[in-house]
Amino acid sequence: MMMNSMKNPFNIPNGTVIKGKWHLQSYTIVKELGRGANGVVYLADWNKKRVAIKVSDNNVTITSEMNVLKSFSKAQGVTLGPSLLDVDDWVLGNKTIPFYVMEFIEGVHFLAFIQQKGKSWVDIFILQLLADLEKLHEQGWVFGDLKPDNLIVTGPPIKIRCIDVGGVTLQGRAIKEFTEFYDRGYWGLGSRKAEPSFDLFAVAMIMINTYYPQRFPKQQDGLSLLRQKIEAIPELRKHEQVLLRALTGKYATAIQMREDLLDSISKSSLRNQSRALKQKTTVSPTPNKKRTVKQIQPSTKKRPRKHSGIKETIIIFMVVCFLYVLYIYQQI
Amino acid sequence: MQTGTLKQILLITDGCSNHGEDPVAMAALAKEQGISVNVIGVMENDVIDDQGMREIEQIASQGGGVSQVVYAKKLSQTVQMVTRQAMTQTLQGVVNQELKQILGSSSSMEDLPPEKRGEIMEVVDDLNETVNLEVLILVDTSASMKHKLPTVKEALLDLSLSLNARLGNNLFSLFIFPGKKNDVEKLLDWSPRLETLTSAFSKLTPGGMTPTGPAIKEAISYFRKKRSIRGLLSRHDDEFYEESI
Repeated sequence: MMMNSMKNPFNIPNGTVIKGKWHLQSYTIVKELGRGANGVVYLADWNKKRVAIKVSDNNVTITSEMNVLKSFSKAQGVTLGPSLLDVDDWVLGNKTIPFYVMEFIEGVHFLAFIQQKGKSWVDIFILQLLADLEKLHEQGWVFGDLKPDNLIVTGPPIKIRCIDVGGVTLQGRAIKEFTEFYDRGYWGLGSRKAEPSFDLFAVAMIMINTYYPQRFPKQQDGLSLLRQKIEAIPELRKHEQVLLRALTGKYATAIQMREDLLDSISKSSLRNQSRALKQKTTVSPTPNKKRTVKQIQPSTKKRPRKHSGIKETIIIFMVVCFLYVLYIYQQI
Repeated sequence: MQTGTLKQILLITDGCSNHGEDPVAMAALAKEQGISVNVIGVMENDVIDDQGMREIEQIASQGGGVSQVVYAKKLSQTVQMVTRQAMTQTLQGVVNQELKQILGSSSSMEDLPPEKRGEIMEVVDDLNETVNLEVLILVDTSASMKHKLPTVKEALLDLSLSLNARLGNNLFSLFIFPGKKNDVEKLLDWSPRLETLTSAFSKLTPGGMTPTGPAIKEAISYFRKKRSIRGLLSRHDDEFYEESI
């Protein structure tokens, strides 16, 4: 029987050819992509195509992840994880090492992308992620181990994808794999039962995490610490209501959270607008002193301002529409 | 189908035993009675020496369980992971045995093609979720564990949170060694919730020897005692499980 698997990590040299025992496909290892508690992922060549191979001496992990990926590929529209290409065993001497082969998702890690391209992408990725989660939840799954390390930005067109399905759990069961910071159980804010709200908590934590890349440890009262952290950052504060609702499990579906977030985004852009307007009016008094006549007719002054406000709203609306159309187009 | 009960001993320690029976032999004894023994070594600033490491690994391997040595701050994650891993391991062992009966002595899950393996794994996953679980936790409270105990407490609460998310029922029981008067002392009787241990845990005064072997021995007999009491009071036992839902 298998003993603790984490003690003998793999070290497969680049250039090694892995040949499957059952399906007889050959894969040439190019480089290591990453390693976790349950195995190592390598980039490999297969018929001149790039694929990712997960190797582990833990048969259980490989097999249950394979089951998840397989049911994803059967389900229409679940694009969150990579697609499964092959499952096989690699016979090395007297050892049999199970592995599976999946689509290689090329891209930049979520937090690295945000660092390069700016925080303005955060909201967009969260909206994309929520739409994908909705589809996953509809199929009866919960992602479980949702965290920036598992999110990759691919493109163009720019799109967020998840790369590790080790935590994917059937709804109603106990979450298989999780990471403390993104786990509501750790923060004392809910159970570890696989429900959509478990993932939505993690989404809120990912948003917080983008402004606190170093993360922070838990204190006695988890929720008040999180609220404090949200209020300290203007970009988070504008979505405070949505974040707090997600953190306290008020959203039953990803689509509810998505709609609220969209509302919050459009409201905050309106607020920015009105703030800009206020600034304009505070600047204006000096010319007003000179032309007292105009002060009597404030209505004429207001009109152009209103127009520009409407224009801005229209432009913002069009941009949002455009982004949404892009997103829909991508989904097709 | 009626689901069975998995029995586990979870040993949390930070070093070698130095009193009483050989813990490895006691772990073997536990396995013979269908109880698997998992061991978690906790380090903080100190490092567990080779001898301690070897003992931890041997106890788990003789006891048919899983072992892991971690720093205290990783304890919560590890405790629940080790417990679940050990459950899967035991269940897989049972399934393998069944397979051998059906397919002949040379077959095990690893010898099947990946597709068939996947189907069997789904059965193991189902069992993992629905099986009843009894975990007897043995906490080393020798002097060196003193400042690690708050972390241990937190990890145990976390374990209860993880396991109680399952569909199956859980019963926990907590023992410390050395106890005030004896080698082992019971802190918490079988209960579906570990949260009740909070108050008892903070009153502990760590110190003394590390009688790991006697602790495991006592734990085994506690499982047995429970079984005999259960035979007499089966209805009472049902109530017990209802509480956990």
